[in-house]
Amino acid sequence: MGKLYEMLKEDYRIKEGLKTCINCGTCTAICPAAEFYRYDPRKIVDTVQRGNDSDIEELLKSDVIWYCGECMSCVTRCPRKNGPGLVIMALRNLSAKLGYFVHSEKGRQLYPLTKIMTGNILNYGYCVHPDTFKWEDHVESGPVWKWHTEHLEDNFARLGANFRGEGPGVLRKIPQESLDELKSIFDVTGGTERMNAVEKFSEEKAREMGMSIEEYFTYTFGHCSEGHLNEE
Amino acid sequence: MIYQGKQKIWSEYQKEIPDDKWFYVRSCIRQNFFPASERMFMEICRDILKKDFYETEHHTTCGGIAYHCDTIPQETAMTIVARQFALMTEAGYENYVASCITSFGNYTEILQTWEEFPELETRIREMLWKACRKEFDKPKYLAHASDLIYKYRNLIAEKAKFRLVNKETGEPLRVVEHIGCHYAKMFPSKGVGGAEYPYVLAGMIEAWGGNVIDYPERRHCCGYGFRQYHVKANRGYSISNTHKKFESMEPYRPDMIITNCPGCPYFLDRWQYVIAEMEGKTYGKDGFGIPVFTYEEVAGLVLGYNPWDLGLQLHQVAVEPLLDKIGISYNPQEKYKGLDSKDIMRPGLPQNLKCF
Ligand code: SF4
Ligand code: SF4
Repeated sequence: MGKLYEMLKEDYRIKEGLKTCINCGTCTAICPAAEFYRYDPRKIVDTVQRGNDSDIEELLKSDVIWYCGECMSCVTRCPRKNGPGLVIMALRNLSAKLGYFVHSEKGRQLYPLTKIMTGNILNYGYCVHPDTFKWEDHVESGPVWKWHTEHLEDNFARLGANFRGEGPGVLRKIPQESLDELKSIFDVTGGTERMNAVEKFSEEKAREMGMSIEEYFTYTFGHCSEGHLNEE
Repeated sequence: MIYQGKQKIWSEYQKEIPDDKWFYVRSCIRQNFFPASERMFMEICRDILKKDFYETEHHTTCGGIAYHCDTIPQETAMTIVARQFALMTEAGYENYVASCITSFGNYTEILQTWEEFPELETRIREMLWKACRKEFDKPKYLAHASDLIYKYRNLIAEKAKFRLVNKETGEPLRVVEHIGCHYAKMFPSKGVGGAEYPYVLAGMIEAWGGNVIDYPERRHCCGYGFRQYHVKANRGYSISNTHKKFESMEPYRPDMIITNCPGCPYFLDRWQYVIAEMEGKTYGKDGFGIPVFTYEEVAGLVLGYNPWDLGLQLHQVAVEPLLDKIGISYNPQEKYKGLDSKDIMRPGLPQNLKCF
């Protein structure tokens, strides 16, 4: 039982989500990610419970841990009350912390994700906000959404939202003092430290790949190599 | 009364939901994509049913999406939630209702983890104090907003102007219900009806006259997958899972779909559009899709609200065939108008998916 295993065991999601796995494969049978990706949650849970550090390190540096959709369907089904989805969250957390995520294509996506999500939270107080949800990045939202994004103020007013307004209501402007509190929570709880770590490791990786950090963002956000899917 | 089979299982998962006095928190995704649904929720609870629902402008995201995209540590997510609880405490409320399923799952998981590991709760309390000088009581009762509409379903039925019935044939509409994964898959006892036979939407459908369809992939995820949608390169995961659901429900010829999750109605609606454009395949009749609704939109429709006040013009799948089936009248000229009928142009039309 090595150092990485000990670090994982500190995570409350492992304390909650890893009892004893009997390798029955029920989680894999129910898993939407396993249907699409070359992914087998049973194997991941088993690798972690065996506690071999070099296997765990390989896992932390691999694409595999980033295939899960965190739907938690596996939690309902596991006959031994494990939570493979929770085990995955702990693995991803450690991979982010140690900078191992930059070793895999799916792991490197943590950079654009972190920029988008934490940017929205700290600047707006929302995880998703119309100012940053660009139609060009979301053509699947259809022609109706293209039209909507061109008429945001009018549509939100028509539907009784309080878009960018004072006071309560849909998409209100969250008061600055509340945004300041969120920032303070990030500083105190390790959120800011995590953002900085992801940024630092990603900048190093971008340099190694010969890209500016902006190019790296675009590339990691949009590029998908062959070899991830079952049907390839 | 002797319960058997499914009914027996449902009876074990009934929640005693308080009737009144709620602290309401909004959903990031729903505010963006279904702004009128949250407005409708407040209108039903406050104006029609005269209940006390309080909202403060100081509440924020619960951080749930960022947490499930693995971009913030667990302590950060927990402390954001602790701050929300502090706002509830300051306002003098004890019942907490979340509009979002990801939030509801997040809150449930956090309260459960604190129960199991009290030292973690203590640490979060210290962090919240350090960051915001705030303290909190935990909610006495935690609900998802759909639990409340479920609770009030018969009151809504009493005031209904329409039923989920085909006006030509008199037959109940065939309705697919889709429950967001984080509603009860992690903690089945926290959802009405549990994880296997959730009754929260089925109860509304039955009370309002429809028939619930059971189909093989009924419990399959809509395919959101957090990072599997927010990162462009991963969206094949999302559409593949939606596709699987539609292929599975197609033989049962659903008239409509009702959901209780923020993301699911968006994905089930938009991926139908993409499947139609990519493959030429549509799941409704005559080139239309199967319309997908939030539970508030359906409540609003049965109560007789104007479909365009409910925001149904922001769906990509046309809702008109369903409105016609029920006999709900609407003005097609008003569909894409702004406030006071202001002309704000209209969206382009998809190539394959039939729309108005
Ligand atoms: S369902 Fe549970 S016991 Fe079975 S393989 Fe998965 S984690 Fe192990
Ligand atoms: S949480 Fe992850 S591992 Fe579990 S069923 Fe969902 S996608 Fe599969």
